[in-house]
Amino acid sequence: MTRKQRRLYFVILGMLALGAATALVLTAVGDGMVYFYTPRDLQTKHISPDRRVRIGGLVKQGSVVRDGKTVHFVITDLTAELKTTYTGVLPDLFREGQGVVAEGKVDRNGVFQASEVLAKHDEKYMPKDVAEALKKSGHWQGETPQK
Amino acid sequence: MHRFANPARFLRLASAILPWSSALSALLISAGLYFALFHSPADYQQGETVRIMYVHVPSAWLAMACYSTMALSSAVALIWKHPLADLIAKAASPIGASFTFLCLVSGSLWGRPMWGTWWAWDARLTSMLILFFLYLGHMALINAFDDPSRGAKAAAILALTGFVNIPIIKFSVDWWNTLHQPASVSKFGMPSIDPAMLLPLLLMALGFTCFFVTMLLIRVRTEIIASKLRAIRMTQIHTAHVAVPVTE
Repeated sequence: MTRKQRRLYFVILGMLALGAATALVLTAVGDGMVYFYTPRDLQTKHISPDRRVRIGGLVKQGSVVRDGKTVHFVITDLTAELKTTYTGVLPDLFREGQGVVAEGKVDRNGVFQASEVLAKHDEKYMPKDVAEALKKSGHWQGETPQK
Repeated sequence: MHRFANPARFLRLASAILPWSSALSALLISAGLYFALFHSPADYQQGETVRIMYVHVPSAWLAMACYSTMALSSAVALIWKHPLADLIAKAASPIGASFTFLCLVSGSLWGRPMWGTWWAWDARLTSMLILFFLYLGHMALINAFDDPSRGAKAAAILALTGFVNIPIIKFSVDWWNTLHQPASVSKFGMPSIDPAMLLPLLLMALGFTCFFVTMLLIRVRTEIIASKLRAIRMTQIHTAHVAVPVTE
């Protein structure tokens, strides 16, 4: 084996070991890398009620009720729902049927008291007229929950 | 590969490519900017803010492509000891750092009105920030030794180690819940972006790629000339030392 070959195998082996180590670390960290939980996770993963968490999902259609500066709405992942209350300024993209990530705690009545609300944008980019045409023709494939 | 590793041949090749690549990048970026700013529709959700994407996404792509170039040439430098490969890695890191910085800043400017925050510690944003630090570390390490070849070797190992971050950046949005949206263009199936918006994006991406090639060639050329100068100076010092006793 020449020195060049030896160095080549050394680099390949090193990269494989490094990749394996990284993969193991990432699987071990698992949920730690998650930016938010879904309402379903909140039910199934036994997250301690006094822990501050971020909950992400869609703002349920027709659930937004404004009461002065306070907003009540429901976050849904289409399998589970979470009643949420927030007081403060909402981002531009906050609207019914759109993605949202809220940070806060669940109170004793099971209502999520959000202290921060971020809008989540999806990967779809299209002009306004195209979106309207799609909605009109019934080809709209948005994740707008119809429930 | 040995054919192109010859610095003299590289210099000839670079001078042949440079006028074309610089003209092409100017052309593509101005056409891309024209479409991005004046001749493309506003988004149905984001409105005019969508135009930030035409700078943000190509810089993110190029930041990762530049790192891959750097990691590849570092591997070539470590294994085959081509002197040119070290110079390419050295030339690439400041360019990649600039693209990463542009990506982070433009993303932050987009995030404030759209998400409602300048920054979020989600997997995509954090891994991109790590990429920025990898570039800075590479630039610092390569210059941290008196002997340039030792600096190059240490930096090459850093570049290769940091390469694990590239797949993490790419797939972070699929592996974990992130605030950042998943891929629109580089995914299987149809891109979920309107053709009228895809055109300026691709023009900008091509323009940025040509710009990257241009910058890389200029910087590698400068590095070759600098190392030649160093060699000339060394021989001058050497002959001067020999000459001193004679003149005295």
